[in-house]
Amino acid sequence: MNILLLLIIIPILTITGILFAREDKHVRVISAIGMTFQLIVSAIIILWFLAERNAGNTAEILFASNYVWYETLNIHFYIGVDGVSVAMIGLTSIVIFAGIFASWDVDDLPREFFTSLILLSSGVFGFFISLDLFTMFLFYEIAVIPMYLLIGIWGSGPRQYSAMKLTLMLMGGSALILVGLLGLYFNSNPTGGPLTFNLIEIARVQIPLNTQLFFFPFLFIGFGVLGALFPFHTWSPDGHASAPTAVSMLHAGVLMKLGGYGCYRVAVFLLPQAAHELAWIFIILATIGVIYGALGAIWQKDLKYINAYSSVSHCALVLFAILMFNETAMNGAIMQMISHGIMTALFFALIGMIYGRTHTRYINEMSGLMKVMPFLAVAYVIAGLASLGLPGFSGFVAEMTIFVGSFQYSDTFHRVATIIAASSIVATAVYILRVVGMMLFEKIRNPEYELITDAKWYERLSTGTLIFGITAIGIAPLWLSTMITGGLGPIMQKLFLAMN
Amino acid sequence: MFDFSYTIWILLIPFFLFVLIGFWGNKFKPIVSGIVGCAGLLTSWILSLFTAYKYFFDVGKVDGVYEQIIGYHTLWLRFTDTLYIDLGVLIDPISVMMLIVVTTVSLMAHIYSTGYLKGQKGFMRFYSFLSLFTFAMLGLVVATNIFQMYIFWELVGVSSYLLIGFYYEKPSAVAAAKKAFIVTRFADLGFLIGILLLSYFTQTFDFLTLTSPTGPAIATPPAATFLGMSVLTWAMILIFMGGAGKSAMFPLHIWLPDAMEGPTPVSALIHAATMVVAGVYLVARLFPIYVTVPIALQVVAWVGAFSSLFAAVIACTQYDIKRVLAYSTMSQIGYMMCALGVSGLGGHEGLGYMASMFHLFTHAFFKALLFLCAGAIIHAVHSNYMYDMGGLRKYLPITHLTFLAACLAIAGIPPFAGFFSKDEILVAAYHHDTALFAIEYIVAGLTAFYMFRLYFGIFWGKKQDYHHPPHEAPLSMTIPLMFLALGAIFAGFIPFSHLVTSDRQILELETEWIIAIPSIVIALVGIGVAYVMYLKPTEIPKKIAHALRGFYTAAYHKFYIDELYLYITHRIIFNHISRPIAWFDRHIVDGSMNGISYVTNQASDKIKGFQSGQLQQYALVFVSGAILLALVFIYLWT
Amino acid sequence: MFEGVPLSWFLILSTIMFFIGVYGFLVRKNLITILMSTELILNSVCINFVAFNKILYPEHMEGMFFTVFIIAVAAAEASVAIAIIINIYRRIVNIDVEKMNEMKY
Repeated sequence: MNILLLLIIIPILTITGILFAREDKHVRVISAIGMTFQLIVSAIIILWFLAERNAGNTAEILFASNYVWYETLNIHFYIGVDGVSVAMIGLTSIVIFAGIFASWDVDDLPREFFTSLILLSSGVFGFFISLDLFTMFLFYEIAVIPMYLLIGIWGSGPRQYSAMKLTLMLMGGSALILVGLLGLYFNSNPTGGPLTFNLIEIARVQIPLNTQLFFFPFLFIGFGVLGALFPFHTWSPDGHASAPTAVSMLHAGVLMKLGGYGCYRVAVFLLPQAAHELAWIFIILATIGVIYGALGAIWQKDLKYINAYSSVSHCALVLFAILMFNETAMNGAIMQMISHGIMTALFFALIGMIYGRTHTRYINEMSGLMKVMPFLAVAYVIAGLASLGLPGFSGFVAEMTIFVGSFQYSDTFHRVATIIAASSIVATAVYILRVVGMMLFEKIRNPEYELITDAKWYERLSTGTLIFGITAIGIAPLWLSTMITGGLGPIMQKLFLAMN
Repeated sequence: MFDFSYTIWILLIPFFLFVLIGFWGNKFKPIVSGIVGCAGLLTSWILSLFTAYKYFFDVGKVDGVYEQIIGYHTLWLRFTDTLYIDLGVLIDPISVMMLIVVTTVSLMAHIYSTGYLKGQKGFMRFYSFLSLFTFAMLGLVVATNIFQMYIFWELVGVSSYLLIGFYYEKPSAVAAAKKAFIVTRFADLGFLIGILLLSYFTQTFDFLTLTSPTGPAIATPPAATFLGMSVLTWAMILIFMGGAGKSAMFPLHIWLPDAMEGPTPVSALIHAATMVVAGVYLVARLFPIYVTVPIALQVVAWVGAFSSLFAAVIACTQYDIKRVLAYSTMSQIGYMMCALGVSGLGGHEGLGYMASMFHLFTHAFFKALLFLCAGAIIHAVHSNYMYDMGGLRKYLPITHLTFLAACLAIAGIPPFAGFFSKDEILVAAYHHDTALFAIEYIVAGLTAFYMFRLYFGIFWGKKQDYHHPPHEAPLSMTIPLMFLALGAIFAGFIPFSHLVTSDRQILELETEWIIAIPSIVIALVGIGVAYVMYLKPTEIPKKIAHALRGFYTAAYHKFYIDELYLYITHRIIFNHISRPIAWFDRHIVDGSMNGISYVTNQASDKIKGFQSGQLQQYALVFVSGAILLALVFIYLWT
Repeated sequence: MFEGVPLSWFLILSTIMFFIGVYGFLVRKNLITILMSTELILNSVCINFVAFNKILYPEHMEGMFFTVFIIAVAAAEASVAIAIIINIYRRIVNIDVEKMNEMKY
């Protein structure tokens, strides 16, 4: 059996286990066990993948399996991974693992909560291993829909509004994607043979330029909505602010990456010429997004809003790098997705834990938390430093790869865009240090905070895993970078052909 | 060939100390982390000394030229086939010299802190950060390529941030730390863009390739220009911007005085001796390229000269002794920058380069000493301000003598260390540009004046009534003082021109008394003026201040640069950029999305009237529809 | 008995009955009357069935069967409808159709 199937089967088994759990308390244990297995399986997949590559297996797709799913329309359940998707699988399993522990103390309908959470994660895993556009879209929807329930039921603040807004905007995005996918489907066989959703086969087809130009915006904007492309990012601040901790983590950490991954794997890969023609529009939007998110975050007072805007900025950098059509920048984009995924999950986990203690998310109401909860405070500082791109953490590696890569373009437009995007590192430093200074340092003003206790074991486990993730990549990035570069070959070839 | 690969341990020991103390420090008594830190640093120090000995006196020189040796390297990250980051150790005269400086001062700061911070909260945190800083600084100086330097450049920045904000309960310390980080970060943006430009046109990060005379930057400089200057000039100016930020050159200096909020050993180590000279080191490292772009070198020279004068003037008016020292640091670094700016490459042309490195070396000793003395004084008096002090020479004899030695060294009185290095700088400036020489000459006088203003004000001057009679610092603090004093006195006798020069060959020098004597004279004049004004409390300072009212007030307020920055950041960036963006996002972007939903809602509200619940209305519509359809079909079929 | 009566007469009769029924259905407010109007409509359809069957396809019996079906269904429907009406009456003590607009929006 294909090991990738385990990534779908384990969540399903876990959900079944949850449904048959006798007590509510058992639910979280079952989820934790399931997701630990998931993490182990992901690690095995990554190691196996690296071993195969080292052994000289240069196949484009590894661990491929092809099952017919619906013969009439030629829909297959076609799975397989390359260097990029393996990296994304690793990211997802880390984030969901940490997410389970971060939501250890959910006691409001835990059964339903964990079921939705794990269902969501299985959608994400399915998305990353799918190579058939139809099943990819199917899993995409599986990942997006539980979000509505998770925010609407377990959220805080104006949760119905936020959940509705988020879901409707993402659904709007998937409507666009669907149009784009059908466009690809009906152009997948110009000679008149059977049509196909198979990504690899479509990639071999030369789609006429006019068709490409028509469908590219659908796909790019459609996935871009989830990737927080300016100006379609506005679901993100409200959605994140209302979502419960683990949901914010998964959403910012993993779901937003579905957008970036989709842009990369579907929009740019399958429609390279249109991407080349239209890139300038989206580069401008992404550059605006980078700066806009960073500057927007400076003014915010709510921790979650700050991080939502920060995510907008960082995710815009992903799209920015993808559109540079250069191997280094593309590599940087994938690394930025992983880095930002872990980092922002860490941020949201910590914000949830801090909120659970102080019952406020406004930074001007907090102060001096370093003294009463050193562990969480130090973790927050680490997350902040990682976010502002400090060497030794993954953010630096990713950002520098992006900047160096996109600077290899020899025209002024790309250069200027790169310099503008690079200047976001200053703005990032401003808002991160502002938060750290106001919230963690100085004296405690609110006497109630003296009674706050530091992190519990599950919180330590959750944050510890994520911190380990960002530092491991930050200190030894070469293996990841090499692994990702290995997966970029086909897309670079296509882009090279398209650009010349 | 001697194997220098062990030098990696000079860096790794502090790194492991950081991890060790940072994670497990609180399992033991605080003093354990101090002792472990000191012991680790001692090992690093001995290794550095050994390396210096081996390099300078044994294996480094081949055919009269000091070789540049890659002691150790490993691939860290690959961007493209030509652009990749190697982490490694580059052994050459300046990096070995910096190894000595960093490990020595760091060791002294480690030892000193066991006394200075005794019993304070966060002792182990302090030591782990100190080790982190030492690691980062060592990584910076031994960088084999410009990107490695950038990596460690950022790391020293963050350790500086952490250490300035060590007293995190003090709002001013938090603000100062934030300011230091953000200002240098802004400068680093320039550095980064400079690196991007340079690396794009040369397709390499490697220092050895970049600075080799046959390398892509020098032998085949890129022809592209931008706004009338070659891209190489732009790149070098931008890289210098990074250096200027770290080295607190005007106008990016504003963070340095505030950084004095950190514990004094930190000020001595980071903000006097090591991190702030990173900018000088950077320019020196890329010096062969700077020589080929005269405009950039001019910028370096003039920024350096102006900063030195600017800071010296401000230093004369400040009362917080650490701030005086901070401005003095800025002024002295300006000196070094200026020396680099007036230098050429090779032979006597390269005098400025050698002088700059020499001054960097001696300055590290006497400035660290000054700061550590200031720490001892503050420790005794519990105040930073000159007007709370006076007549301390009786209470603090060792501090007094070591402080005096440092003052004489910085003022440039022979045979103290500062004399030799400063003299070389003046000579270099004299041969290059008279205007720069004049500025530096005046600064020499001002330096002597403000240092002795400090000296007389603290140790002589009026007697204070102290609540608790000040007492000399413990041995753990005075031993570093004495050690550094030895450096401040004797470091000048090191034959630097034989060791560290721009072309790495021996440079034979003779003291040019025609410049040395006037420089001694002006130093003595400065000391004399300070003696008259501050030995005993007099009215002279007030009168002078009154006579130069406007200028004095401006200098006292540091020429309002801080206010300007505050205006720009708070008023313009916060209020006129961020706030409108936040508003725009909420009301325009978000508003348009909400607008769409509002329109949908309204439309459905209007349409829903059809669904009236009136059975007969439905039936009527149904029947009329059926009839209509029937008529249509009849019409169509006939 | 019907010999010589043209088909159109039957159709005219049933059309008149049908529209009387529709008119009653649309205009009357009393649920019972509305129910009676639907019976009129059904019966007009029955007339059509029977007439077509008898005159156009005398050899077949489907039209007759259908009429019987309709009568049976109409009886069942009437009983259900009256049950509903009685229930409504119990609830709101009224059988005015305009009062029953709970199902709007």
